[in-house]
Amino acid sequence: MIATVRDCWQSFGQFAANFGGFQMFSFRLLPYLPKALLRPRLITEQLYAVGALSLVLTMFGGLFVGMVLALQSHSTLVEFSSIDSMGAFVSETMVRELGPVVTALLFAGRAGSAIASEVGLMRATNQIAAMELMAVDPMQRIVAPRVLAGVISMPLLTAIFSMMGIFGAYLVGTRLLGVDEGAFWSQINARVDMHQDVASGFLKSIIFGASASLMAVFEGYYCQPTPAGVSRAATRTVVITSVWILLLDFILTGLTLPKV
Amino acid sequence: MSAVRAIDISVGMFILLGLVSALFLVVQTIDPSQVNAGETYVVEARFDHIGDLKIRAPVALAGVTIGRVAEITADPADYRAVVLLRIDSSFDNLPIDTDATIATAGLLGGKYVELTPGGDSEMLADQGEITFTQSAILLENLIGKYMLNSSPE
Repeated sequence: MIATVRDCWQSFGQFAANFGGFQMFSFRLLPYLPKALLRPRLITEQLYAVGALSLVLTMFGGLFVGMVLALQSHSTLVEFSSIDSMGAFVSETMVRELGPVVTALLFAGRAGSAIASEVGLMRATNQIAAMELMAVDPMQRIVAPRVLAGVISMPLLTAIFSMMGIFGAYLVGTRLLGVDEGAFWSQINARVDMHQDVASGFLKSIIFGASASLMAVFEGYYCQPTPAGVSRAATRTVVITSVWILLLDFILTGLTLPKV
Repeated sequence: MSAVRAIDISVGMFILLGLVSALFLVVQTIDPSQVNAGETYVVEARFDHIGDLKIRAPVALAGVTIGRVAEITADPADYRAVVLLRIDSSFDNLPIDTDATIATAGLLGGKYVELTPGGDSEMLADQGEITFTQSAILLENLIGKYMLNSSPE
């Protein structure tokens, strides 16, 4: 009994230490970010690894999420004979909620785990220590470009995801389910608000991009330098980032909800 | 060198695609049916009240969409709403006494313009005007009237 309580207390302590370490890591990184902009080549390489390689997954994800939303909303909307609102329903959901969140989850799975295992392997093979010996700051050289690339590519990926989703809903809605084409677009135009919906989704995606890439780099940077440690870092990145993004999304939605 | 170029190109494509998508989300008005529409003609209809009729709402004949609302303005001279209807040219045989009604699709659906042809032998021309119009039925007004009428006698 006492042993169980002590175990719980210890794992809570470990969690708190990890969490605090993550905050310290984030703050310590801040001054490196503007300096990293002076080495655009490093950022471009990471943009390729993090953004361009996630493109196909994101586009497929968006297309099919939009198509499913159209099918699913049709069965409810048709009961109120208001299937004309499908366009507005799908695009509001995509732009505000599903776009940022699902893109961030895909991003954590595709790019986050890759970053964590790459940086973890650098740690395991002592490349980070070697850099420090050569007076190359690994925070500058490894961490900052990856985080910046995440912050830059997440809003772009989210926009692509949402656009593909609306396109998928358009295909299913107007071609299969008989929603009027003009009503589809005019309802989107009338109901989706530039500031309330598009801007809040954009803000969310930036925050999610920053947290997802920060967590991935942190997990990799401080992983145990063993093969098991590297694989644990990749797994933990996906799990922790997903939970954190879902939690953060609830808070951000509450903050940016339109006043009725 | 060529590997670096390939990375540059795909990063450039990625960012370009992202910006185009963002632009699409911001504009969200691209209407493919508007781009490749066939021959159309425009008639004008004046309403006392249009409810929440929107631009590009359907114009229907016997329930079938034959056109779109092209423009909505208010006329300061007679305090009425001026609605321009863009109608498919294959329906150029609408009589001049055709009646235009603002109807609702379903109980909660969007507003559209329903045309009911009259019996005149003269036809509506391009830039013509539909003189017989019926305003939108405002559900809340109806409910208000009903509640007043059904008060205990």
